[in-house]
Amino acid sequence: MTLIDLANPSKFLTLTARVLPWLAGATAILLLIGLYQAAMAPDDYQQGATVKIMFVHVPNAWLAMFVWGVMSMAALGTLVWRHPLADVAAKAAAPIGAAFTFLALVTGSLWGRPMWGTYWEWDARLTSVLILFLMYLGLMALWRAVEDPSRAARAAAVLTLVGALNLPIIKFSVDWWNTLHQPASVLRMGGPSLDKAFLIPLLVMAVGFSLLFVTLHIAAMRNEILRRRVRSLQMMQASQQAA
Amino acid sequence: MTALAALIRRDIKIALRVGGGALIGVLFFLTVTVLMPFAIGPDLPLLARLGPAILWLGALLASLLTLDRLFTADHEDGSLDLIAMGQTPLELACAAKALAHWLAAGVPLIVATPALGLLLNLDASATSAVALTLLVGTPALTFTGMIGAALAVTLHRGGLLLAVLVLPLSIPVLIFGVAASQAAISGPLSFGTPFSILCALSLVSLVVGPFAAAASLRHGLD
Repeated sequence: MTLIDLANPSKFLTLTARVLPWLAGATAILLLIGLYQAAMAPDDYQQGATVKIMFVHVPNAWLAMFVWGVMSMAALGTLVWRHPLADVAAKAAAPIGAAFTFLALVTGSLWGRPMWGTYWEWDARLTSVLILFLMYLGLMALWRAVEDPSRAARAAAVLTLVGALNLPIIKFSVDWWNTLHQPASVLRMGGPSLDKAFLIPLLVMAVGFSLLFVTLHIAAMRNEILRRRVRSLQMMQASQQAA
Repeated sequence: MTALAALIRRDIKIALRVGGGALIGVLFFLTVTVLMPFAIGPDLPLLARLGPAILWLGALLASLLTLDRLFTADHEDGSLDLIAMGQTPLELACAAKALAHWLAAGVPLIVATPALGLLLNLDASATSAVALTLLVGTPALTFTGMIGAALAVTLHRGGLLLAVLVLPLSIPVLIFGVAASQAAISGPLSFGTPFSILCALSLVSLVVGPFAAAASLRHGLD
């Protein structure tokens, strides 16, 4: 079983049909354990109970960037190997990545309100995540602007790779911009010395959210394959009726 | 080499003649700059403080609006297909087209900057700082914008989609362009640091832009 075998959509569908329930179950169990541990975790001596937002916020923020990486790999698959499933993978990942980015922004904002006294702060990290969100939306707009899926796939692949090159530059320049304008920067999360009581639930949540992404991604890919089949059947039917 | 020179000369000629529309960018730049005081108020010290940012935003939007012309006309009359099939590497042809576009549509923006600086109450040193940063920064806008223009032309979608795709990519250029201008005018920071980073951004886009644009043209044209 190699990646090439998976290129056959039918094989992919049968394989994932078997794997998906297990993945979903593992995701649910991990997230339940993680949430339980997070709820049991002690309050922070400074931040109180609000520190628990971290257990949802950090995995989301991490996945927001990770999904762009997944899309970049898929974009390489599209442009270099013309892997038929790479298009599907890239298209299915974009809305999920946008959702994670949005959740990271929302949870961060809710966390920021009690901690910083404001929902929004033009902090370097927040700003670059916001720009990441904008780029996800632009990519989704590109997918929706074109009817022919394979044509859209190649355009989106170019944009994804350019974005992957550009995101570190944007991150760097926003950091620079922020330190220029606000020398007294807002407080940063916990620092490197995170206590074990926080670290273990956080890691469990991170793995749980990653599995959630994999589950959602595979399910979305299956839907996309089926959607394309429906589309080609409809086209066939329409051309038969016309003939 | 002669093919590339001929391509550059042809593109500049087309852009400057009737129907080319390169100079509309300057008119748009002027209009945006004139609109700003209506929104902000005729407060001269405030305008002087915001001046570099206003000029940079105007130049960014003006260069974005003219980007549509980079490939569209050539695509419509078929010469883009000829260029793509020719012996000259498509990457080099894209770079030549972007250079011609910058010469025809970007340089006039820089030339217009001193006059617009007067409107915004910028003194001579501030105006020259903005013009210098625009001279270094607008190639980056053109060359990264070219990626969006190539995507838009292969998809037959221009306008808003192009803007939505290109604007996030131009954030670093905007940050360092305005930062360098501000540093030259008032800032405690040195002018050199943001200015060199701006140069670096232009050089990077000079490398990445043609390849990405050529890739999307090669995959997208049928």
